[in-house]
Amino acid sequence: MSFKHKHILGIEQMAKEDIQLILDTADAFKEINKRDIKKVPTLRGKTIINAFFEASTRTRLSFEIAGKRLSADTVNISGSTSSVVKGETLEDTAKNIEAMAPDIIVIRHGHSGAPHYLAERVGCSIVNAGDGAHEHPSQALLDLLTMRDHKGRIEGLEVAIVGDITHSRVARSDIYALTRMGAKVRLCGPGTMLPPGIERLGNVKVFTSMREAIKDADVVMMLRIQLERQSNIMLPSLREYARFYGLNPTNVKLAKPDAIIMHPGPMNRGVEISSLVADGVQNVILDQVENGVAVRMALLYLVSGVESMQTL
Amino acid sequence: MVKAETAILDKAGIARAITRIAHEILEHNKGCKNLALIGIRTGGDHLAALLQARIKDIEGVIVPLGTVDITMYRDDLAARGNLPIGKTDIPFPLDGKHVVLIDDVLYTGRTIRSAMDALMDFGRPSTIQLAVLIDRGHRELPIRADYVGRNVPTAREEDVAVVFSQNQSPVEVKLVKP
Repeated sequence: MSFKHKHILGIEQMAKEDIQLILDTADAFKEINKRDIKKVPTLRGKTIINAFFEASTRTRLSFEIAGKRLSADTVNISGSTSSVVKGETLEDTAKNIEAMAPDIIVIRHGHSGAPHYLAERVGCSIVNAGDGAHEHPSQALLDLLTMRDHKGRIEGLEVAIVGDITHSRVARSDIYALTRMGAKVRLCGPGTMLPPGIERLGNVKVFTSMREAIKDADVVMMLRIQLERQSNIMLPSLREYARFYGLNPTNVKLAKPDAIIMHPGPMNRGVEISSLVADGVQNVILDQVENGVAVRMALLYLVSGVESMQTL
Repeated sequence: MVKAETAILDKAGIARAITRIAHEILEHNKGCKNLALIGIRTGGDHLAALLQARIKDIEGVIVPLGTVDITMYRDDLAARGNLPIGKTDIPFPLDGKHVVLIDDVLYTGRTIRSAMDALMDFGRPSTIQLAVLIDRGHRELPIRADYVGRNVPTAREEDVAVVFSQNQSPVEVKLVKP
């Protein structure tokens, strides 16, 4: 089974075998991050541009470290300090970046579909690092790797995803990835945060009661309430949200005793997750971050292999 | 057209070669102090496990065993596209060790170059020695083996295949003519 995707635009386009290969490749790369000398020459001479038009610490850092550990040259540009503020269009920015001959552009953008738009217009590989409320493929893949590490499998797992499903690109990518790998997904949030028809995405059940959603779950994934993305229309108050949809030491007991607690970060402590749970023994939140580097190394490696085959 | 195959070593022949190499390694290193075995995936890792067992039979000592996957260090990655990356597992420090690298077939020497680069990223071994089951010639780099099971003169078009059983023990070495 060889990888055929020149771009990583979303999980939606990926087959089960693609996901499997990415996870296995990431698994092999993990060891590098534990060495004294955390660098291999695999992508020597490749140039990777991290174009982040939206705020990010974790993902940008993770992609940058992933590229550097594979010996690629990584360069970062961010929206606030680029020509975008002078009114340049996305396409012009991308064409100008392309003129400097990068091999991969990793892009985060506030608008859904921005990576697809670029993939049709530039010659190099595009990796989506989060586009609007659409997809965040690398996050879903690191989530799956973390689940597989702790549970030994993905198929058959009961995974509860709780929070603002409507605005969450993480949720969307996770739903695609989990259902494709045979996990059972439960989505939970207040009615205003559940997009109608989401259950059509596959093996997905929708709940408005958190207690029902997390009962006997193997994995509980809490999503961040995206304070910057919404007005007060979605929820009356954060305190009320925390009471009905926050994970705390009491309701966490409804999940299986060996359930793992995940969060894509950054956490709003005291809102969607209480500190006692976030720092509790079941949390694997920092494992997710650690796996993030390995998963992104795998994506850069696989995409770059496809690209070099095409130019031969 | 059916490919012509010639058996070079059978199961017993392989076992004898491994036993002799084990003795040579112990003789050369004056025992197994600071000795470590690292097999190159895939093939060399199975042979390394066999060597470890043979050294235990002879000296009664279990020497540290590791495996290295050289895909990340290949010099032809760009031309090969994305090859699957196997796991490297070296669960002991290499500093000061006498490392014996083990591969099944020595050919151009490029795999060994990659493996040595990989080892250097893990630490600074005192020495790196090379043990191979088959040396088929055609070196493209200044590399030679310290321990050889069998020298087999070959043509470049030919292929040397080491066949492993389900439980990863070598059963046969054959020369495949195109």
